[in-house]
Amino acid sequence: MTADVTEVILLSLKVTTASVLIGVLIGVPLGALLGLSSFPGKQLLVAVIFTLMGLPPVLVGVIVYLLLSRYGPLGSLDLLFTPEAMIIAQVVLVTPILAGLSLTAVHAKERSYWETAKSLGATPFQLMLTILREARGGIWAGVATAYGRAISEVGAVMLVGGNIEHHTRVMTTAIILETRTGNFSAGLQLGLVLMAISFLFNSFLMLGMLKQMKTGRRYSS
Amino acid sequence: MKRLFAFPLAILLISSLFIAACSLSNRTVDAKPQADAEAQENATPQEITLATTTSTQDSGLLDYLLPVFEEKTGIKVKVVAVGTGQAIKLGEDGNADVLLVHSRAAEDEFVEKGYGINAHDVMYNQFLIVGPAADPAGIRQTSSATEAFKQIADKQAAFISRGDDSGTDKKEKSIWKEAGITPEGSWYISAGQGMGETLRMADEKQAYTLTDEATFLSSKLNLEVLVQGDKTLFNPYGIIQVKSSRKQEEGLKLIQFFTGEEGQKLIGEFGKETYGKGLFVPDARAR
Amino acid sequence: MKQLELHNLKVSYGGRTVLQVERAFFQQGRFYGVVGPSGSGKSTLLRILNLLERPLSGRLNFFGTEIDLAHLTYKKGIPIQRQMGYVAQKPAMFQTSVYDNVALGLRYRGVDKKTIRRLVMEALEQVELAHLADQRADTLSGGEAQRIALARALVCEPTLLLLDEPTASLDPYNITIFERVVQTFHREKQTTILMVTHNLPQARRLAQTCLFVFQGEIVETAETDTFFNRPASPMLQDFVMGRMIC
Repeated sequence: MTADVTEVILLSLKVTTASVLIGVLIGVPLGALLGLSSFPGKQLLVAVIFTLMGLPPVLVGVIVYLLLSRYGPLGSLDLLFTPEAMIIAQVVLVTPILAGLSLTAVHAKERSYWETAKSLGATPFQLMLTILREARGGIWAGVATAYGRAISEVGAVMLVGGNIEHHTRVMTTAIILETRTGNFSAGLQLGLVLMAISFLFNSFLMLGMLKQMKTGRRYSS
Repeated sequence: MKRLFAFPLAILLISSLFIAACSLSNRTVDAKPQADAEAQENATPQEITLATTTSTQDSGLLDYLLPVFEEKTGIKVKVVAVGTGQAIKLGEDGNADVLLVHSRAAEDEFVEKGYGINAHDVMYNQFLIVGPAADPAGIRQTSSATEAFKQIADKQAAFISRGDDSGTDKKEKSIWKEAGITPEGSWYISAGQGMGETLRMADEKQAYTLTDEATFLSSKLNLEVLVQGDKTLFNPYGIIQVKSSRKQEEGLKLIQFFTGEEGQKLIGEFGKETYGKGLFVPDARAR
Repeated sequence: MKQLELHNLKVSYGGRTVLQVERAFFQQGRFYGVVGPSGSGKSTLLRILNLLERPLSGRLNFFGTEIDLAHLTYKKGIPIQRQMGYVAQKPAMFQTSVYDNVALGLRYRGVDKKTIRRLVMEALEQVELAHLADQRADTLSGGEAQRIALARALVCEPTLLLLDEPTASLDPYNITIFERVVQTFHREKQTTILMVTHNLPQARRLAQTCLFVFQGEIVETAETDTFFNRPASPMLQDFVMGRMIC
């Protein structure tokens, strides 16, 4: 049952990268906005985001499956068992993570940064960009976390993707198949590749955080 | 400094996983012989091991039959359910006393090689070709499985394959082979999942698939049985005694039960209550 | 002559009134020193003027433009914001180069690259830190950071410059440079400057008019000479003599 390994790895990378990219576009500005502004109901929204961060992936899979099933509301879109469905599920999974961690990162930046930018005449948009850039360490941590979560996810992608050969088979679902058919070594090899990729992204995270820690503010007057 | 730490740590982790991979690549089954042999030595004399397939176990037949046997003879039956290949291997290694599988070629080889004795046909169940009620490939009128497959390939109608080397998968591949077709193309979907999931996928996509009767009957689907009854779709089971087993007497008793009047009757009745028809057809015959 | 006017300003934190100003006038181009004991509301006054906080009530006439401080939105305030400059006591340095920090305000305003380059390098030279242009701003010493913060505020040529105890933690050398730059800027651009300071000699050196803020109110305003030598209110007398216990 040794499928085309390169194909499987590439699909994993494609699906996860697309999902994280979309998640960043939605989640990071959302988190930044929440971290910077205050409005009635903000507490509730923040609580919702943090709860969604802990969504069990397989539950996301079930929900997306039910939505996309031919018997479900979005059945006519014919999206079930496609890479697009997998991306949808993973976007639902990673966006709260990205929003929550961006929120935390931005929030951790002291008010003085916000005030400095404002007093220099920033528009709300410019302000958000400046703070995002300042909080980039924490945001990168969020991206690395989201990537790691998405690429090693198996329940949701199995449900909405279907592990179809050449089409929706990713590393995680391939590992399940290899193990089921008794090809433990093939399963472990794929697992190692998966780990190597996860490691890669976590080293980005580590480097980013180390950079942050090294250059603290030194007021050595 | 911390940067230097990361890489040696990573290499350490990866190499330890490699070592684990190498040692695990020898099937876990091989690691068991020692333990099992000892267990058999120390086990109560009235206990035997029956090796069978997962689909047999999943059908529930053994849960239905074996208690009767155990009450009657006082012999406890330990069921080990694995893939067909693995079950046969258990027999070769002497880690099971009786085999109940459904792979005639492998069974014959088993007996020929001298591993098995007292082989009997015991029953058969059916595979079905199911699909959408609309039946785009028009196979409803066909009585031949190979014909049906040919038509499906011709029309390039969506077909979901198990794609996981299971018994059902092997049967499906053999039908394609007989029809002289190598199925490929976007219509042939290799799912790599269990029977339940494969059926669900067929339902979603309103596609054709090959399924065993029990799983089909226990799933709620918008699919219809389109082809059945063809001999090719029969799934005959064989029960064989392992020659190297130390429980010759007990093993023989199990075979006699399965192939005897009472066992055969029970086999025929199994499933009638739940599904309205029996899932297996008793067909005992010495080989 | 245009003025900066404050009317009916009331600032409250959690029910406690920290600043209350019925009327206050600041003449364009004048250098004001703002002094008073800790916690008297001096910094609050500057922060309110710099639109960093919203008061309970208050009207500001910014050299002809009327603003309701209590209901001003961020967006509406931007044109006024961009006419002001602010240097905090411990300024925030962004995690980028010194050059980028100083250029930030200009970039917000959409100034072209060439002009930015010219203005930023000029400003850096004025504070004598042109050699640090490429250094990471968050690795500067206290004195250097303060000078950069000043350059950052001045490069946008504000009409109103607000300084909140800018040299409180600096050594004499840095104080000298800082004061010199501020004075030059004031002389050349005729900017209105409000400088909060605990350093009374500094106020005497730089300010033309001084305000005494005490317990949230502007108690006395006078020309520097009069302020220190002939303070009218007894509180100011105590303060100036260093007798004020707070």
